[in-house]
Amino acid sequence: MNRASSPRARRRQAVSKIFSVACLGATMVAVIALALILWTLVTKGAAALSPGLFTQDQPAPGSVGGLRNAIVGSLIMCAIGMVIALVVGILAGTWLAEYGRGTKRASVVRFFNDVLLSAPSILVGLFIYELMVRPFHGFSGYAGAVALAFLATPIVVRTTEDILTLQPDALREAGMALGAGHGHVIRTVLWRAAGAGIVTGGLLGFARISGETAPLLFTSLGSQFVQADPSQPMASLPTTIFQFALSAFPDWQRLAWAGALLIAVAVLVANIAGRLLGNRSHRP
Amino acid sequence: MNSPQISGLEEDEATSITRPVDEALHLNVKNLDFFYGKTQALFGVDLPVERKKITALIGPSGCGKSTLLRTLNRMHELYPGQRAEGEVAFDGQDVLEDLAVADVRSRIGMVFQKPTPFPMSIYDNIAYGVRLHRRTSKAQMNEIVETSLTRAALWNEVKDKLHSSGLSLSGGQQQRLCVARAIAVEPEVLLLDEPASALDPVSTAKLEETLHVLADDITIVIVTHNLQQAARVSTHTGFMYLGRMIEFGPTNELFAAPRLRRTGNYITGRFG
Repeated sequence: MNRASSPRARRRQAVSKIFSVACLGATMVAVIALALILWTLVTKGAAALSPGLFTQDQPAPGSVGGLRNAIVGSLIMCAIGMVIALVVGILAGTWLAEYGRGTKRASVVRFFNDVLLSAPSILVGLFIYELMVRPFHGFSGYAGAVALAFLATPIVVRTTEDILTLQPDALREAGMALGAGHGHVIRTVLWRAAGAGIVTGGLLGFARISGETAPLLFTSLGSQFVQADPSQPMASLPTTIFQFALSAFPDWQRLAWAGALLIAVAVLVANIAGRLLGNRSHRP
Repeated sequence: MNSPQISGLEEDEATSITRPVDEALHLNVKNLDFFYGKTQALFGVDLPVERKKITALIGPSGCGKSTLLRTLNRMHELYPGQRAEGEVAFDGQDVLEDLAVADVRSRIGMVFQKPTPFPMSIYDNIAYGVRLHRRTSKAQMNEIVETSLTRAALWNEVKDKLHSSGLSLSGGQQQRLCVARAIAVEPEVLLLDEPASALDPVSTAKLEETLHVLADDITIVIVTHNLQQAARVSTHTGFMYLGRMIEFGPTNELFAAPRLRRTGNYITGRFG
């Protein structure tokens, strides 16, 4: 008997086909939507790209200008935010994976970290506003950086814990069997083994915060001038895009597109770098 | 050799321990109980280990061989809830009571089932343990690295790439790297927990050769699932079952003429 032609086999093949087509269709919808967004971004953004974008500050409506103040502000705040997030996140993730493993305290910490991971960024902005802006009577780049750190830290905590938990116990035991203490093994063996994964977590955190607008509106506010002192209000790409895109001036709107493209490229580069490093860590 | 001590219990409860003379012992485990939380895993285990000889532990999975081995350098202390009671005499001192844990682990080294090279160069893998315990000049360290790799029969294969990653080696080479790393700190005893179970026959043969050479200077205790391996490499063998040391004696006697029926059943493959 030809099994392929039995009614049941034919039904199975039909169901399989329908399912495949449905999967393909769903994928196409997502990919097409993404492609449209990117296409719009690239065409509109690229039209506004010019060297002046990086050398001139934001203009008054109708005059020539760039986004230098916003780029500088974003770079400074992201950098400070990432330093805080990496230090706190790596240490907290290490504690969760190495010292707190299996304890009640660790599961409480992990739970709150997960809550933070999905916390609306506008809440984080309000929180830092109450914590840093109101008491000192002023918006500042520091407040913006801390708000961004709050958003990136849980990602770093999570990836650090995950990647350390993946390291075989035998590796820890091998270090300690030579007479090393747990802390020494963590610093000299485990962090090294987990290095690429931890960097990936950092890059994912950076990707997350580089486009955040809401927390910065409450904290760093914005500035028309290039500002290297984080104790002062600071411009940033997302808040500038927000302001310019909503404005009625076509030249401001063009700059907003250019800024959006810059962020997209930065996130793309961070993601690709993270992926490459992540792949490398699995290879011997 | 002392005469065997067969207890007066029924055959299924009987044990037979043929002890080497006490002066020859390097490690002497006496009446060791071990607990994973509330579960008892070892029951009054005795294990005499002769100096500069290879002692093998055999028995079916879960019989407590690895647990016993890990107690000898106090690896169990890494896990809260694991606890050993009894005596592990080591040159007149009790491993469990008298010695600092770092001291125990520098004098009693360990190699694990899966190769565990550290994510660093071959050279730094060997130097890792040495740096923990003493300061050396660059020249001294070079010498230690060469000696250790030579004794582990790996030098010729890696001498031209000491600074490439330890992870770039094959599985068998990685395991010999781990042996070299363990002996670089000059331990008096080396514990091996199924060191060849992840290796192919050729790598296994090389590892066994290495063990024979090392036994000139080092006391070795090896846990193995491979009975032929136990027969090939060891001078004494202990057969464990359900957390007890059932039979212990010279390897040739234990394999040729086991004193207890259960030992015979296991080594002839009737169970386990």
